[in-house]
Amino acid sequence: MAAMAKSGPVAVLAGDLGGRLFYAVLLAAAVLVPLLNLAVPEGSLLHLSGFSVTLIGKYMTYALLAIAVDLIWGYCGILSLGHAAFFALGGYAMGMYLMRQIGSRGVYGDPLLPDFMVFLNWKALPWYWHGFESFPFAMLMVVLAPGLLAFAFGWFAFRSRVTGVYLSIITQALTYALLLAFFRNEMGFGGNNGLTDFKDLLGADLHRPAVRIALFLASAVALGLGYAACRLIAASRFGRVVQAIRDAESRTRFIGYRVESYKLWLFAFSAVLAGIAGALYVPQVGIINPSEFSPINSIEVVIWVAVGGRNTLYGAALGAVLVNFAKSWFTAALPEVWLYALGALFVLVTIFLPQGIVGFVRQRLGGKS
Amino acid sequence: MKAAALAAPYTHLLRRRGSALKAEELDASHGTILYLEDITVSFDGFKALNALTLYVDVGELRCIIGPNGAGKTTMMDVITGKTRPDAGSAWFGLTIDLLTLSEPEIAQAGIGRKFQRPTVFPNHSVFENLELAMAGDKSPWRILMARLSPAQREEIERTLELVGLKDCRDLPAGSLSHGQKQWLEIGMLLMQRPQLLLVDEPVAGMTPQETERTAELLLSLAGERSVVVVEHDMDFVRSIARTVTVLHEGSVLAEGSIDQVQNDPRVVEVYLGE
Repeated sequence: MAAMAKSGPVAVLAGDLGGRLFYAVLLAAAVLVPLLNLAVPEGSLLHLSGFSVTLIGKYMTYALLAIAVDLIWGYCGILSLGHAAFFALGGYAMGMYLMRQIGSRGVYGDPLLPDFMVFLNWKALPWYWHGFESFPFAMLMVVLAPGLLAFAFGWFAFRSRVTGVYLSIITQALTYALLLAFFRNEMGFGGNNGLTDFKDLLGADLHRPAVRIALFLASAVALGLGYAACRLIAASRFGRVVQAIRDAESRTRFIGYRVESYKLWLFAFSAVLAGIAGALYVPQVGIINPSEFSPINSIEVVIWVAVGGRNTLYGAALGAVLVNFAKSWFTAALPEVWLYALGALFVLVTIFLPQGIVGFVRQRLGGKS
Repeated sequence: MKAAALAAPYTHLLRRRGSALKAEELDASHGTILYLEDITVSFDGFKALNALTLYVDVGELRCIIGPNGAGKTTMMDVITGKTRPDAGSAWFGLTIDLLTLSEPEIAQAGIGRKFQRPTVFPNHSVFENLELAMAGDKSPWRILMARLSPAQREEIERTLELVGLKDCRDLPAGSLSHGQKQWLEIGMLLMQRPQLLLVDEPVAGMTPQETERTAELLLSLAGERSVVVVEHDMDFVRSIARTVTVLHEGSVLAEGSIDQVQNDPRVVEVYLGE
């Protein structure tokens, strides 16, 4: 906040030490990962497997989701426990495009209908599947589907002045309702199995190493741009109003700000970021199914942010990567322990590191960065 | 309830963004800035305000006193739109009907309120607190792109000087002393360029020096604007007031100069009976 004496977007982005570190790490990853994967021969110790590339790319989409949550929670005090729903909606929009790309190469060879529809004996494509053969249209939906849902949800929730734990509960209900809806075969989104067996994206085979790298780089770019957008918003006067709302909502209202509108736009923007993250996640993991809507997923995102340190943005990204790295390790080595470990982590962080890892480091350094 | 009254909190949604919050211009050409007439507010049968009628003149410094529960804070709540009365009318100047406006609309129309407990934004700097309070278009899209103009910067600096916080401009407001927070709040009120200032117990918890400084500040503000002060501290009221209104059980018990009021047998009875 003290950096406000300077102006201009570049000054804002260069103004915080954590942000510079964030970009340094992101840039290093964007250079090293493709290099170690494509240029280093497979037998070498330094070689990075295709699996690892995809894993790091997945972490980046999680980091973007965490930043989106930090923007509304850390800066505006809106604790959304339903952000994975927006992530999943963006993912489904991308998944629908990828399904249409399969064309007649499906198991049943139907030129128009995805396999699951043939299996359900459907004769025609449902109306809401039209248009998804076009990449630009699908990308538009990646933004619009989560954005509009968040806008509609926020419209009712914020105008009715639902705040605090009540808001958190209805965001859980929102994601749970979507979970149940997407489970139904009649919804036309593949039911329980979701959408999978993707073949290619923009005509390029998803299983080729170069495409994997391209998706990884797209995730890195999205993360970098998403961070920049959130940082610029946070450093603008809009950002200061939003933080004022977090600290003293009714006071902000009394000095003439329409608190509901601020929350609404911020919430919708955050949902769009989550949707973009989801759209990049799906082609890398190769599947999207209703379990992405599970209430626990949204709660996990909040834990990432809390662990990394909220109200910092880069802390959220750090938390997302660290917790997911731990999750990858745990679910391979001690799968049954993971949820307990996650719960314990949240309790410990809340008690001993209320400002997360970033807050702890700042305290140790004795100043503010 | 009438449909219009039900829809009132939502009418701003129907207006276009650019014109939002542009309430009608204040017209105080008759010399009176605030008209409260027959205002009644009841909470579960208890009448917090009982047919209260009160007029405030342009440029006046008015003190409102009264025992606890007399309705002082409820009156402020009605004026600022926080509480809707069951009956009565409240006009700001001749043209603005306060009972149809929302809280932010009333703030934009030119009524500023300072709360009993200082509520500044603790994590924002003193300068940023004043910036946030500054008058102007406060719609989200404008604010996202907003930059301080030199004139606005100067206005903030002037206010910092007026409330005596120039040396604290970059400190987080949460680190200020109690008295300094009160002044910062008054500064924030001034940044909204209000025509009418409502000040709730400005000297509660202040040292004698701080109280004296606050009296000077409030006196310097009246004249250009109207100021309504609610206060318990009779010495403080004596030092600033020209006209005093005594509230009791939700309506006006007495009104006049401080000496008139203090010698009024009804006032004496209310205060001694407490």
